[in-house]
Amino acid sequence: MDIPKELEARIDEVITHYPVSKRSAALPLLHLLQEHFGFISKEAIPWIANKLELQPINIFELVTFYPMFRQEKAGKHHIRICRTLSCAMAGGYELMDQMCKAARIDRSHSGGHGNPVAVSEDGQYSIEFVECLASCGTGPVCMVNDDFYEGVKEEEVPKILEKYQ
Amino acid sequence: MSITYTRKPHPKEKRLVFKNVDREGWSTDIETYLADGGYEDLRKAITMEKVDIVNQVKASALRGRGGAGFPCGVKWGFIRPDEKRPIYLICNADESEPGTFKDRYIIYQDPHQLIEGIIISCFALRVELAYIYIRGEFPEGAKILEKAIAEAREKGFLGKNYLDTGCNLEIYIHRGAGAYICGEETGLIESLEGKRAYPRIKPPYFPAALGLYQCPTIVNNVETLCNIKHIVNMGGEEYAKLGRPNNTGTRVLCVSGDVQKPGYYELEVGAVTMGELLNDICGGPRPGRKFKAIIPGGSSAKVLRADETYKIKNRQPDGSSTEKVIGFEEIIMDFDSLAAVGSMAGSGGVIVLDDSRDMVWALNNINEFYAHESCGQCTPCREGSLWMKKMTDRLLKGGGVETDPETLKDVADNIAGKTICAFGEACSWPTQSFVAKFREEFAEKSTKPLPPPTPPEYLPELLESEKPIKTLQSPESSVRPGEEIALKGSTAE
Repeated sequence: MDIPKELEARIDEVITHYPVSKRSAALPLLHLLQEHFGFISKEAIPWIANKLELQPINIFELVTFYPMFRQEKAGKHHIRICRTLSCAMAGGYELMDQMCKAARIDRSHSGGHGNPVAVSEDGQYSIEFVECLASCGTGPVCMVNDDFYEGVKEEEVPKILEKYQ
Repeated sequence: MSITYTRKPHPKEKRLVFKNVDREGWSTDIETYLADGGYEDLRKAITMEKVDIVNQVKASALRGRGGAGFPCGVKWGFIRPDEKRPIYLICNADESEPGTFKDRYIIYQDPHQLIEGIIISCFALRVELAYIYIRGEFPEGAKILEKAIAEAREKGFLGKNYLDTGCNLEIYIHRGAGAYICGEETGLIESLEGKRAYPRIKPPYFPAALGLYQCPTIVNNVETLCNIKHIVNMGGEEYAKLGRPNNTGTRVLCVSGDVQKPGYYELEVGAVTMGELLNDICGGPRPGRKFKAIIPGGSSAKVLRADETYKIKNRQPDGSSTEKVIGFEEIIMDFDSLAAVGSMAGSGGVIVLDDSRDMVWALNNINEFYAHESCGQCTPCREGSLWMKKMTDRLLKGGGVETDPETLKDVADNIAGKTICAFGEACSWPTQSFVAKFREEFAEKSTKPLPPPTPPEYLPELLESEKPIKTLQSPESSVRPGEEIALKGSTAE
């Protein structure tokens, strides 16, 4: 596992945010590594544990607990669609179907929320259902990578995906 | 100077915390905020005695805006004035109760108001290290807050000896990672300590006794902390004049679902009834529809039926009480009135369902949320939330049994009150109330027959193997097992 110098510098800086206990930096470090590598690899877990003077299990238990961390590669662009009540009423499930169709993703072998996440054949997009994204008044909502889209209509779906090549 | 908005607030609104949301010409930049009198309340606060600020908050009778509605001043009062251990403050920005979306707008559009509220609170409580626990799904929000903190530090509102007060303060952003349970304050603290967000066993009931790193900790919601700034500005007594006794101040109500104009509305607490909110402010039901059910305080709150009547007790000045029967439209939107009709004001997220909605479907959606989000620490909740989901799922698809509504209630009754944290109540209240109030729909669904089995998926290679296989016993076969492969091999050559 290659950690670039800038990333390691950023990691060391983040650890200083927790002067009382280094262990608190576990979640931020997981975020940084997932942002860089796209997922949490088998090597990343002991690396973080070593950095924070913990046992690998202390990190592994976080990866399996927090829904945002994944252990397998996602697509180049990751789509999250809200499935909770207000969005479901506004058409969240329909949005999922439209997104899958536009991104050519077959979700039939994914679990309810998307574990493992469904990836398109070309590896360009991956998709999962997530719980409430806290914008219930403007449903259906979704996120592509870090960008947020609200009140998504069917005809907007291909235009949204076009931005992510 | 009059303020204009890109999305005009309703005339009944009183914009205090949401003053700068959707404001024309507004940006998250500190200069914009300073030009509008920003950080003046902080300058006022540092001239006050610390204990005086706490007393002002007590006098304001501000109740927490996160969900439980606990008086903020009382919470702050748990911090002993002679405390020797370090005191921490955590801003709970893990907004994740379905139906709630107020904190998003504060963070994304007016971050400095929140930062100012946090600095004032930290000054009053002698806090030197504060964290903003922001949910992982707000990556942009985290960046906006980080920029706001950097700007505030540059101007000297933060850091060592900020504003020459002799006090130090550092604020850091901590991002969550998609777990709803991190909104529970002790779960949040565990998560901030770098562990799984398993809520802590009570007592101690408040992290003010034992919190982050086993030190006294105050955990407040984003909207609560923003209100602190306004309490310092107006004075506690003056702030308490807003709203109704014991339900003071303003509150952002988030309306979603089947109304014409869903959105956020900042109103004095209890200034409107449910009917005024949904019909006048939100434009009523969609054309040709009528309201069927209202979830008044985030998905955990017990559902209210639109055609139901409620008995309300009114305390008279002489101590006696009178009873009054009201419809859902007359319920006052404040903490105490919603509790009196058997639900709660919760986080202020109002979800409206009209008569086109299937209540079993709605409950199934809510149950899927709780089954996914249970942290798994306590058995009744971990197992029960999943079973409730499985049962509503089979009621919906067909194949349920007639006792299912009864069993659903039984499972829910065995979760509430039997878990470490309030998630137990949060996941059982929807089931209890949906089944009790929409019994007929659940009974009808319970007799729905099993759907026909879907044909199994055949893969081409499986179909291949269904060709008759030659065996030793078959008289017409002259080839013995093993020979066939050998023959094939030789022809291929």
